[in-house]
Amino acid sequence: MSELSPATSSDTSDFSNVGRARWWRRGFFASQTAYVAGALVVIMIVMSFLSSAFLSPGNLANVAKNFSFVGIVTLGVTLVIVTGGIDLSVGSTMALSAITCAIVMQALSGTALDGIPLAGMLVSLAAGLGVALLIGLANGLLIARVGLSPFVTTLGMLSIVRGLAYAVTEGRGQAPTGPDVNLFYDITDGNIAGVPVAIIYLIVLAVIIGVVLHHTAFGRHIFALGGNEKAAALTGIAVERVKIAVYVLSALSAGFAGILMVGWLGSAPANLATGYELTIIAAAVIGGANLNGGIGGPAGAVIGALLIEVIRNGLVLAGINAYWQIVLVGGIIILAVLVDRLRTLRMTT
Amino acid sequence: MSLLVLQDVGKEFGAIRALSHVNLTIKPGEVVGLMGDNGAGKSTLVKIIAGNFPPSHGRVLFEDQEVHFTRPVDARSVGIEVVYQDLALADNLTAAANVFLGRELKRKVGPFSFLDHATMNQRTAALFRELKSETRPDDVVRAMSGGQRQAVAIARTRLAKAKLILMDEPTAAISVRQVAEVLDLIRRLKDAGIAVILISHRMPDVFSVCERVVVMRRGTKVADKPISQSSPEEVTALITGAKEAA
Repeated sequence: MSELSPATSSDTSDFSNVGRARWWRRGFFASQTAYVAGALVVIMIVMSFLSSAFLSPGNLANVAKNFSFVGIVTLGVTLVIVTGGIDLSVGSTMALSAITCAIVMQALSGTALDGIPLAGMLVSLAAGLGVALLIGLANGLLIARVGLSPFVTTLGMLSIVRGLAYAVTEGRGQAPTGPDVNLFYDITDGNIAGVPVAIIYLIVLAVIIGVVLHHTAFGRHIFALGGNEKAAALTGIAVERVKIAVYVLSALSAGFAGILMVGWLGSAPANLATGYELTIIAAAVIGGANLNGGIGGPAGAVIGALLIEVIRNGLVLAGINAYWQIVLVGGIIILAVLVDRLRTLRMTT
Repeated sequence: MSLLVLQDVGKEFGAIRALSHVNLTIKPGEVVGLMGDNGAGKSTLVKIIAGNFPPSHGRVLFEDQEVHFTRPVDARSVGIEVVYQDLALADNLTAAANVFLGRELKRKVGPFSFLDHATMNQRTAALFRELKSETRPDDVVRAMSGGQRQAVAIARTRLAKAKLILMDEPTAAISVRQVAEVLDLIRRLKDAGIAVILISHRMPDVFSVCERVVVMRRGTKVADKPISQSSPEEVTALITGAKEAA
């Protein structure tokens, strides 16, 4: 009982036998996201002492950009994970969207569309995102309508989409061209007041997704699906529609990040973002998303992605072999989930 | 007027006959106990009324209109709510979120509509006060006791303005004090003109709140009589088959 304090608010003061956990033991402060954020701050402080280069503007901009791509996709995948699903196809989707965008831009340059300002670029952006939309729709329909397992469906899609990326390009990287190409680089890889646009997109999207998850019926239904899908269906929630929507949003976030990477790299190679799905899912899990569904959010997605990138960057600055980074990321995933497990065990006993 | 009428209802699952020739009438505001051993056909009967599946034979009338439920949503739309034994709550959401799940209150801000947390919490708190349940609207269900979960599930049906509430073993997993609370609630539902079918194994519960008891055995209705003309001993005999019919 020592962990319970008497309720104080007026309408609950008459509760004789229902105590309430103190503020740091409930809500955000009691979440995995919160202590991973704490760990992130500690790591960044330690890092800034160990390496003078860590806090240099150039390095920070580099970290910001690197983690933004992963972070944006993690936002989308987090929605899927909250419903209790998984999306392994995001890395491939990033590549095919990026390639489609670049190829369409190449194909349109020199045509009549050059005469219309922005037309070529807008059509190619729409094509890139359209491909992502179709992939998400295919995932969503197979999982929600047909009832296939999310893991198997998106694993298959990972292979199909990556294969298409190679087949379409025959393995050659595709560079964006055309009259709007400079504008394309500005909106994908530019800076606003010295801040890379990628991180601005990430923050804006994170805020939007936070509002949607916690302040709209759609967001609430996403959580309900992850908490108890049967109960959600019994209350009349359109379970299929919500499921399809989260896979579409996940794919769109991947397509968007893929297009941003084209601006960053100046080209869309067929092996773009290979293996990113694991980093992205790792980021979501480190940030507190529960693979059993029902728990997760945009703050966790951003913090998880940032933590992985900061550690990767720190190892680079410390001159440690790149192969060890992979080992460490795996270790952190297990550690984050382990700490959460120990913490919830302590709270329930 | 009758609220619910089942006429010669039967249900087969392949070669298994789960229910045969059941006739049942429920009047508005009536509290009826539905008893029977495991496998007697109680669940099948309840699932037909709740719209989980249609009967193989017979007709179902609600408010004198023939109805054909194929999904639970169909039954809910006419005013039939179910409190499931496993309560069908989302553990990761708050009490208020569960009470309002699928019928959230929203406020329009321009083209967008956002959840009206304050009003939903207030109305949930009012429902809990009505149920005399010490449950906070903004507490997460995962951390709640069996009685509190029951209160959340019952508050859901109150919100829906149901005409008929099916309660599947509502007192099976809660404390003695909370059993009394749930039984009080059933009496208050009756006062509000809401009919209740109470599926229960607990003889004292049925005999303290119900006006009528219906006993099922091997897929048929073996008794349907006023509580005042029956006794726990007789019902026990009917359930076990020691007495054939009454």
